[in-house]
Amino acid sequence: MVPKIMKQGRLAPWLYLGPALLIMLVFVIYPTINTAVLSFMDKTGTQSAAVDCSSGQPCWGVFENYRYALTNPLMLTALRNNALWLLLMVPGTVAVGLLFALLADRVRYESLAKSIIFMPMAISFIGAGVIWRFIYYIQAGGGAQIGLLNAIIVKLGGQPVAFLSNPAINNFSLMVVGVWLWAGFCMTILSAALKGLPTEVLEAARVDGANEWHLFWQVMFPMILPTVVVVTTTMVINVLKIFDIVFVMTGGNFGTEVIANRMFQLIVTDTGKSMAIAVLLIILTIPVMIFNVRRFRQQEAMR
Amino acid sequence: MKPLASLNKFFNRVPLHLAIIVMVILWLVPTLGLFVTSFRSREAVRTTGWWTVFSSSQPTGKAEYTTYCESCHGADGTTIATANLADPSVVNQYTRSINLLVALKQPINNAPHLVDPQLPTNANDAQVVLSPILTYMQTLSGQGKAQQKFTLRNYADALVGYKGLSDYLSDCQGQVASTLAKFKCNISDLLAPEGMGRAFLNTVIVAIPSTLIPIFFAALAAYAFAWLDFKGRQWLFALLVGLQIIPLQMVLVPIARLYVNIGLQSTFLGVWLFHTGFGLPYAIYLMRNFIGGLPREIFESIYLDGAGHWKAFTRLAMPLAMPAIASLGIFQFLWIWNDFLVAKVFLSTKPVLTVQITNLIDPLGGNWHILTGAAFLSFIVPMVVFFGFQRYFARGLLSGSVKG
Repeated sequence: MVPKIMKQGRLAPWLYLGPALLIMLVFVIYPTINTAVLSFMDKTGTQSAAVDCSSGQPCWGVFENYRYALTNPLMLTALRNNALWLLLMVPGTVAVGLLFALLADRVRYESLAKSIIFMPMAISFIGAGVIWRFIYYIQAGGGAQIGLLNAIIVKLGGQPVAFLSNPAINNFSLMVVGVWLWAGFCMTILSAALKGLPTEVLEAARVDGANEWHLFWQVMFPMILPTVVVVTTTMVINVLKIFDIVFVMTGGNFGTEVIANRMFQLIVTDTGKSMAIAVLLIILTIPVMIFNVRRFRQQEAMR
Repeated sequence: MKPLASLNKFFNRVPLHLAIIVMVILWLVPTLGLFVTSFRSREAVRTTGWWTVFSSSQPTGKAEYTTYCESCHGADGTTIATANLADPSVVNQYTRSINLLVALKQPINNAPHLVDPQLPTNANDAQVVLSPILTYMQTLSGQGKAQQKFTLRNYADALVGYKGLSDYLSDCQGQVASTLAKFKCNISDLLAPEGMGRAFLNTVIVAIPSTLIPIFFAALAAYAFAWLDFKGRQWLFALLVGLQIIPLQMVLVPIARLYVNIGLQSTFLGVWLFHTGFGLPYAIYLMRNFIGGLPREIFESIYLDGAGHWKAFTRLAMPLAMPAIASLGIFQFLWIWNDFLVAKVFLSTKPVLTVQITNLIDPLGGNWHILTGAAFLSFIVPMVVFFGFQRYFARGLLSGSVKG
């Protein structure tokens, strides 16, 4: 039911909404559509992408840029890496965040400990990249290892490891940075959910003799599951768009390419391909978007 | 509680405390390493790990020097290398001593003397390789300048963006050619184009309007969504929720092309407008949820008193929405302060902090002393905001976590 006061004035709503709608139209809606159009155009965005086809080579006509986005070896590496991030880094970050939320809940210095885990969220990903480049740094040739990890490895009698250029491990090195950055974010949201659990239920379970392990998995976890889902979907979006960390630490070299970095690298040299990758990125996020809108509708329904 | 029971309880909780403390240390150490390094001299950064500053017994090496090195290097450590290493003809005379470095691979007293020395091939390299050895020898012999453990010179270098062989302050004093070419050696260098000082100023100029403008327009729109009735209200708001997660990548290029056409590329105005547009969907969403949650009665009573919408908006909605505005403002401010992609694309000639840091990165890792200082300069404001307004920051982040 719409209250009476909301019906004053026919023009008023549009005066209040106008500026914002206009700005969003120019800076969000128009470019999104334009990007989609450009993804079917060539390097310079003037002719159809089909002109990039050369005879004897496979060609998808006007979808030529999408052929690149889906079959180019570098893009396949990028897609594989984003999948790796999704499979390993997202659950890892949520798990670390949840674990710390559970542990810190039981001590008196909780807020201090949580601040420290949360702090990386405040600094730029570029800055975080510098921090971790230094941790992973390898001194080639002679000289002392001034990167912490390699110094420890050498001290223990091992050979220095090229954390960022060895393709067998460098993706995992980057994911560790991701966990370091985002664990605090997951922790903060999950901690709020844990604190919102009704204490009577937890007490009752304890009285009934449930140990902490059962208490967590059979009582607490099902109750915070909606929050876990929210945190996970948020991380999925973040990881699909992962860019700064990779850009500043490896530049996407040595097999660490990701979708967003490929898109960025092609902006100037080949707009069409770059835009096709951007469209691919948004197509990958659409399922999450639908999920988000649904969540919003549910919230509205409960108001 | 009996003493024994409480002791028992304490021991039961030791693993818990241990787990938390280990994790906290793991999270703190990377930043700490950067912080400590930023205060160490260039030579110290190159030759030893930052953690060595915590070992109280820094080996002075005087005794070792007398035993192993003095016979060749002389009492003051300068016998071999008193030469002016900047002069190629002099360095060429010393090829023998440079070649001697090969011999240094041989262990002395069963311990490696110099592990895998890199041999210089020209005069410039020779200077780079030999000058630390000379400094080291002099320091060991007790004749050289005792190195200060901590210095602020890296920050001076980072602020002006100085990448010379020595540091900015001493090169300015010595009027070295490389400083004279680019720098005036006075306060105006703080705004030198490649420095973090200029980048800091640029970041402030970008971040403040880009925070305030979207909040103002978002507040207006949020008021309309919450307290005005119009056709398509629900539908438009649902669209807004969807717009929130359009990734940056999807809007960059068309706007960049538009800016080239209308002359807004590499202008602050262009970036302000972009951040406003891209920040609005989330800002409206958050503000609408907050303003819509305010009690209806107070709005009804102010209308009954004869106030119009503008008065209700400025006198009622805005003041009451201050907590939401604070969360939103802090979130948006930090997002822009830390942004790299937008600044890189739209402000190529006016680098902000993040962009300037990437310009300073040396792929070979030769300038950690500047890079660490530069990174920390970019952390100061976010850290203050974070520790000062942590609660608002967390709240803004929670509700806006999906923003592109």
